[in-house]
Order: sequence, then C-alpha cells, then structure tokens
Amino acid sequence: MNRVLIVAEHLDGKLNAAVAKCVACAGAIPESEIAIAVLARDGAAVAGAAAAIAGVARVLLVKNPANEPALAAVLGPQVAKLAEGYGFVLGPSTTFGKDLMPRVAALLGAPQVSDIMAVESATRFRRPVYAANAIATVEAPAGRQIVATVRVASFQAAADGSGPAPIETPMLDVKLPQSTRFVSVSAARSDRPDLQTATRVVSGGRALGSAENFKIIQALADKLGAAIGASRAAVDAGYAPNELQVGQTGKIIAPELYVAVGISGAIQHLTGIKDARTIVAINKDAEAPIFEVADYGLVGDLFSLVPEIEKLL
Amino acid sequence: MRRILVGIKRVIDYNVRVRVRPDGSGVVTDGVKMSANPFDSIALEEALRLRERGEADEVVAVSVGPAEAQQQLRDALAMGADRAILVKSDAAIEPPAVARVLLKLVERESPRLVLLGKQAIDDDCNQTGQMLAALWDRPQATSASKIEIQGETARVTREVDAGLETIEVDLPAVCTTDLRLNEPRYIKLPDIMKAKKKPLDTIELASLGVDASPVLKVLKLEPPPQRQKGVIVKDAAALVAALKQKGLA
Repeated sequence: MNRVLIVAEHLDGKLNAAVAKCVACAGAIPESEIAIAVLARDGAAVAGAAAAIAGVARVLLVKNPANEPALAAVLGPQVAKLAEGYGFVLGPSTTFGKDLMPRVAALLGAPQVSDIMAVESATRFRRPVYAANAIATVEAPAGRQIVATVRVASFQAAADGSGPAPIETPMLDVKLPQSTRFVSVSAARSDRPDLQTATRVVSGGRALGSAENFKIIQALADKLGAAIGASRAAVDAGYAPNELQVGQTGKIIAPELYVAVGISGAIQHLTGIKDARTIVAINKDAEAPIFEVADYGLVGDLFSLVPEIEKLL
Repeated sequence: MRRILVGIKRVIDYNVRVRVRPDGSGVVTDGVKMSANPFDSIALEEALRLRERGEADEVVAVSVGPAEAQQQLRDALAMGADRAILVKSDAAIEPPAVARVLLKLVERESPRLVLLGKQAIDDDCNQTGQMLAALWDRPQATSASKIEIQGETARVTREVDAGLETIEVDLPAVCTTDLRLNEPRYIKLPDIMKAKKKPLDTIELASLGVDASPVLKVLKLEPPPQRQKGVIVKDAAALVAALKQKGLA
C-alpha cells in the first residue's frame, strides 16, 4: 500500500481545481491510498468538496484561524506532522504548492520531485527540465518518503465519486511561528474562467503595444468564453497584470484552444503552452517561432484580424 | 555587520537552445555558453540596491558548484558584491544538499537576509530557498517582486497565481526573487578589473561535513515530444471555419 497525502489548495471556501488533478496523479501511483489534508480557518465546504473526489479515502481537516490566508511557514510544520506514516506528500505545482512543499520536504528530510508530469512506478517519475526542453526520468529510493509537486497541466482532473469519503479532524500539537504575517493580496476579481484551468485561452503579447490595445484581447476572449493570458513581454511592459503570465516562470496551461495574439513565441513562453490541444497564432511576422508550434497560423496585422475574427464567431 | 548572502548558480545561458545528448545521459554542454542563473542575478542586483539604500553593509555572493563557477562569482564581484565564496563540488548537487550547505554558511556569516533566485533555469526545481528557510527555522518570502526593509522586518510583495500578495517577515529571512523585482545592472569594464582584487574564497564541500550525495537518480533525459507544424490559413474567415469544424468556436 502506498499512502499518499495531498495538500489541498483553496481560496474563499473553494477547493482549487488543481487538487483533483493531484488526485489523478496520486491515483497513478500503484496501490495508492489517497488522503487530502485541508488546512483552513473553517474549511467545511472545502473538505466536503475534497471528500467528493473519486479515489479519495479520507480527508483530514485541520481548523485553525492561523491557516488562512495560507502561509508556508505556518502550514509547513502542520503538514509535516500530518505526513507521518505517508510515503508520498503531494501538492499542486501552483505558486501555493511551490512555496509550501519544499518547506515540508526539508522538515521531513525528504527529497522533492518537482513538477511530476507522469508516474511510471511508485519510485519513477517524469518531470520537465530546462524549460521543458528536456524531460527527465528520475528514480527515488524505494522505501523513503517522497515529497512532490504535480504539474497540473499534465493530468486530467479526477471526477467526483459515488459517495463522499469520511472527514477526520485530527488535533495537531504543533507550535506555529509568528514571524511571518499576511498583509494583503491584490487580486483582480473577474467573471472570466480561471487561466490555469480554462478550456480556452486568448493571450496577448508585446505587439499589442499598450494596456489600452490589450482590450481587443478581452473582446475576443469574451466571444470565445475564454480566459486571458499574456506573454512575459506584455506583462513586463505593463499591458497585463502578472497573474496572467503564461510560460516557464508563469502559468503552465493545457487548454483545448490557445490563441496567441502578437506573441513571437520565446522558448520560455512555449514551455507554458506545449500541452494545449490546438494552438492558433496571429502575428505579422511570418518567421515568428510561434508558427513552429501553431496548428493554425494567420499572418497579418492583429489590429484588423482580431476584430474581424470576433465578428465571424 | 548587516550582511546579505546571495546565491549564484552557474547554468547554461538563458539564450542557448538546450539540446539533449543522443544517448540521453544529459544535455549538450560542450562549447555552450554558461552564465549566472538569471534569477540569481536579480537577487544580486536587489542585494546591491539594499546596500546602496543603507539597508546592508556587505553583500556576499555564494556559489555551490564546480571550480568554473568562479567565473560567475567574479562577475558577481564585478557587479558589486563585496566578496565571494565558492563551495566546490564537482558532482551534481541537489537542492536539499545545497540548502544544507547554505545553512552552514549562514551559521558562519550570520546574514540578516539570504537572497536566492526562485528557481534555476536548468533543473527548474524551485526548492532551495524554501528548504534553507525550513532548516534555518526562519521565514521565507518566495517569488518576490518588491522588497522593503523596515527595521527588523521585511515587507515583501510576492507574485502569486491570484495576483500580488504582500507579507511581512521578521529578519533574518530567506527571500527568493521573481523576474520583475528589478533589472540587473550591466558590468562595466573597470569593475571587472577591480573585481580581481576582491576576495574569492574557495571551500571544499567535503570540509563542511554536509552529506551531499544525490538521493534522486536521473535515469535519462529525452527531448520533449515535438508538436506537428500546422498550417497557415489565408484569412480570418478560413481560421474561423477551421475552428468551427473542430468544435472550438
């Protein structure tokens, strides 16, 4: 039996969609038994959503006002405590998981496998390196606890199961540090689909030229019911906020449809979209590297093409 | 002495198109340009700016790697670091071991801040800073896009999936850098000459008493699956028709 503990990411009482993908990854580990840890202020709704996912054997709900907003220094020792007796401790490879899991690994004295994209056995995993210009197969020693983050774009979310798993509420005797304090978060609230899990994404690049011009991306995204993304160049130039960045150091996504508008296609950007089912590129430079990976390329002036496409949809 | 320790990793240059060796044993490094990890250069730049603002007295650049990493440390000294330490290790070394090595240096140097890149662009692990913070039992602020030191605390804005998060950490702490924290300065020729006179100490990894043997074994590297090159459509109507046919519009 391979006991797997998944750390749930959640916000405002909602379970992050990445968690069901972690369950899929955990399910690929032979003979796995999956538990989900929910560390929250209240957490009832989040624990309920976690318990509903098929393949989950139990949910461990740890209620503590200190657990929200999530701080790695506060969650780390609690997760390390909960991880006793588990062979695997997984978290999503989101900014939440990237921040927390290595801290947990160090507390446990365990190695971490970052960004698992495929499970080959209970000790063998595939992960991208060099901005996904190479795929490494790594082997962890048998019988040793492993911490890992899951590259969510590589897994299909586990569906909900037939009946909810039991929710346990373990008491943790862990001293929590006071030396890290949450101050604020500035998050743009929007009705658009979440970039990380959207089935369609329209992204804009440097060629948009201004934050004002970036609005034509919004119009096209609205028509397609798509999330909005951006290249690093567009974010650096201030045309789009940082949370929209797609690529090696931004979000790695796997939508059904990815439309790249005015994006040349630097290696670091392509890393973020390699798993997209269909890629469309619109760019005035016919030599742009984005056309090397695009299923459909359209060469021309984006300022006339994008509104035209929008009208035809 | 208010000291900042900055980690510098020698990696294949950002602009090199990395290729996997035909036998899968690694990537091609012969004749390939090596540089400091770009996130580490951002960390160094931030340390220098903090020193220039009077928030630090000394900036120490540290690398754990082969003898050749002296070049990246010389570059760090030319950029403005006061001194450098190379912990020499010819074998590949994993993030948990690097964190243990850095902890040893932290114990010697007692920095008020350790600044590291959020990830190295070779193994893309994104682990070392968090691991050091845990072993040191100190706060961490990862993926920083703004750092302000106020007395004995640092207020750090972090790039997170939701947007920008601000946290406050008591010093000493570990901070890892994201891309938009700053733009590293260029090295000027006279500074390269001056850097030759700055101290660069080399310590043998073995002398630190840290177990650095790798735990994870890389069995092979493969090139990623290539996407089929698609078609160039003639106009907007042709594109929309193709998308509609696929059920994507």
